[in-house]
Amino acid sequence: MQRIAITDLAAKTVRELKTKHGVLIFHQSGGCCDGSSPMLLEKDDIYLDESDVLLGRIEGIDFYMNKDQYEYWKHTHLTIDITEGRGASFSLEIPLGKRFITRSRLLTEEERKFFGDN
Amino acid sequence: MSYSKPKFKKTYGNFINGKFVDPVGGEYFENRSPIDNSLIAKYPRSQKEDVEMALDAANAAKESWGNTPAAERAALLYKVADIIEENLEEFALVETCDNGKAIRETLNADVPLSVDHWRYFAACIRAEEGTATELDANTLSMNIKEPLGVVGQIIPWNFPLLMLSWKLPPALATGNCVVLKPAEQTPASATLLMEKIADVFPPGVVNVIHGFGPEAGKPLASSSKLSKVAFTGETTTGQLIMQYASKNLNPVTMELGGKSPNIFFNSVMDADDDYLDKAIEGAVLFAFNQGEVCTCPSRMLVQEKIYDKFMERVVRRTKAIVQDNPYDTKTMMGAQASNDQYEKIKSYLDIGKEEGAKVLCGGEANKLDGDLANGFYIKPTILEGHNKMRVFQEEIFGPVVCVTKFKDEKEAIEIANDTLYGLGAGVWTRDAHQLYQIPRAIKAGRVWVNCYHAYPAHAPFGGYKKSGFGRENHLMMLNYYRQTKNMLISYDKKKLGFF
Repeated sequence: MQRIAITDLAAKTVRELKTKHGVLIFHQSGGCCDGSSPMLLEKDDIYLDESDVLLGRIEGIDFYMNKDQYEYWKHTHLTIDITEGRGASFSLEIPLGKRFITRSRLLTEEERKFFGDN
Repeated sequence: MSYSKPKFKKTYGNFINGKFVDPVGGEYFENRSPIDNSLIAKYPRSQKEDVEMALDAANAAKESWGNTPAAERAALLYKVADIIEENLEEFALVETCDNGKAIRETLNADVPLSVDHWRYFAACIRAEEGTATELDANTLSMNIKEPLGVVGQIIPWNFPLLMLSWKLPPALATGNCVVLKPAEQTPASATLLMEKIADVFPPGVVNVIHGFGPEAGKPLASSSKLSKVAFTGETTTGQLIMQYASKNLNPVTMELGGKSPNIFFNSVMDADDDYLDKAIEGAVLFAFNQGEVCTCPSRMLVQEKIYDKFMERVVRRTKAIVQDNPYDTKTMMGAQASNDQYEKIKSYLDIGKEEGAKVLCGGEANKLDGDLANGFYIKPTILEGHNKMRVFQEEIFGPVVCVTKFKDEKEAIEIANDTLYGLGAGVWTRDAHQLYQIPRAIKAGRVWVNCYHAYPAHAPFGGYKKSGFGRENHLMMLNYYRQTKNMLISYDKKKLGFF
C-alpha cells in the first residue's frame, strides 16, 4: 500500500521516456504557473536530501515531494495522470505535447491506519 | 465592440543577433489559441545548438552594449515603449489570442503597463548614480555600477508581454545583453515585439529563443556563458535553476508564486458606500486574468461578524462576471491558458469538494457555444472551507478562491501566515491601527492595503518564504543586474612604511 499511484495512460508515457532518458525521478512541484504539477526528471538532475519525502514508487520510478509541502498534502492519496497540454517547465514529457497531472483523493480509513496517520 | 482573431504567419523563427533565424534542427511546434483550440502558428522547437547561438551573439555584443552611454540605452528603451504604444491594439489582440485572457484586460492592463515599464527603466538609468566616499583626507572610495554581462531570462505564460517588460528593460538599461525564453504556451507577443523592434538595438543585445523547457530552457539556465538567470515559475524548476547556477556560481532571482490571503475586517461593512463597493470588487479580483496570477488573492479571510452579509454581496458580484468570447470588450473573463491548466483546475475542484469545501458559486467548467466549445473555460468559483484543506494551500492558478472565517486579528494573522508562500496579501479595513499593524505582521513581499492587484513599475515586487527571492520593478531592480566595482583611490604620496 502506498500514497501514490499512476494511471495506465501515464505509465505508458513514463515507459517511453525511460527508454529515451534512462533512470528517472518524479518530483511534485508547488507554486506558480506549472506549479502543483508533477515533474519527471532525469534522476541525477535534482539534488535530494532529508527535506524531500519519498511517497512511493510508480512504474519503477521514485516519487518525491518537499517535506514542507508534504505536511499539507499527506492526508490525500495521489494518482499521476496525463493529459494533452503544454507545460512550461523542465518535465520530460512536455515535448510530446502531453503533461502529467496529479489527481487526488482523501486517504481511506484503511490507508490512514496503515500509514499510522491521525 | 468585438474583435476577431488576428492574422499570423505560418511559421516564425528565433530572434538571434538582430534577425529571425530558423531553428538549427528544423523542427517547430504548433501553438494553439486556448480560446477555441485553433492553430495560431508554428514556432521553433529550439535545441541546445540554437541556445548556444543566441548566447554567443549576446556575448559578442556585451562589451559594446555595456559601454554604450546610459543616455543612448535609455533612448532606445523609450523607442520600444513608443513602438508598443503605437501598436497597442495589435499587441492586445495577439496577447488575447495566445493566452485566452479577455481583450478588455490586454487593452487596459497588459499592454499599457508594459509600455510604462519600458519608460520607467529608461528614466531610472538616467536619474540614478554611483556613490563616492572620502574615507580619509587622502583616500576616496568610488562605487561604479557595471553590467553583469549576459543574462538569461525565463518568463511565464500568464502575462507574456508584461512579464517580458518586467524583465527585459532593467537588464538592458543596466547594459546587459539578454537571451530570453518565453513560455512555450505563449510565444506570440514576444515574437511580435521582436518583429517591431528588430532594428532598435544593436545585433545580439536582445535574443529570443522558443522551445520546450527540457530542450531549450535547461541548456539556457545551465549555461556557463551566462552571468545570471532570472526565472518566474514553480518551485521544482526554481530549485533546478538554482542548482545549475550554483555550478556556475551565478546569481539568480526567483519568483515562484503564492497563495495570497485577502483579509476583510468587520469595519469594511460599517457603511454601504463607495469603499464597501471597492472592497467587494477587491474580493472578486481573484477572477482577474482567470486567476492565472502568482499573486491571485486565492484565500479570502472574512471576519465573523460580517461574514454572511459580506459573502452574499461577493457571491452576487462573482455571479455577475461575464465569461464569454475573449475578443468581445464586454467579456470580463476569458479562457484558461492551456488544456493541462484546465484539467489541473478541475482536479482541484474535485479534491476541494471531496475534502468538504462548500461550493458557493461556480465549481465547474463552463461550456461555451460554437467555436468556443473547444476552448478552456472555468466558471469563477468560491469554495468555503478551512485553511488546512489542500485547495487553501496550493496554487491552483485558476479562478478559484477559498474563503474562511476568522474571529480576531490574532487568528487572521495566524491563518494568513499558515502557508508555504509569501508573495502577496490584501488587507481591507477602515481601522487606522489595523491598516499598519496587520500588513507588518504578514510574511509577504507585497501587501495591498485597501486595494489589490495594482502593479506600478515604481513599487518593488517579490516573495518571502517559498515564493522566491529578489525583487522585480522599482529602481532597486537595477542592482539585481549589476556588479559593484569599488575603486579605492589613494591621493597620498607617502608610502605605507612596511617595506
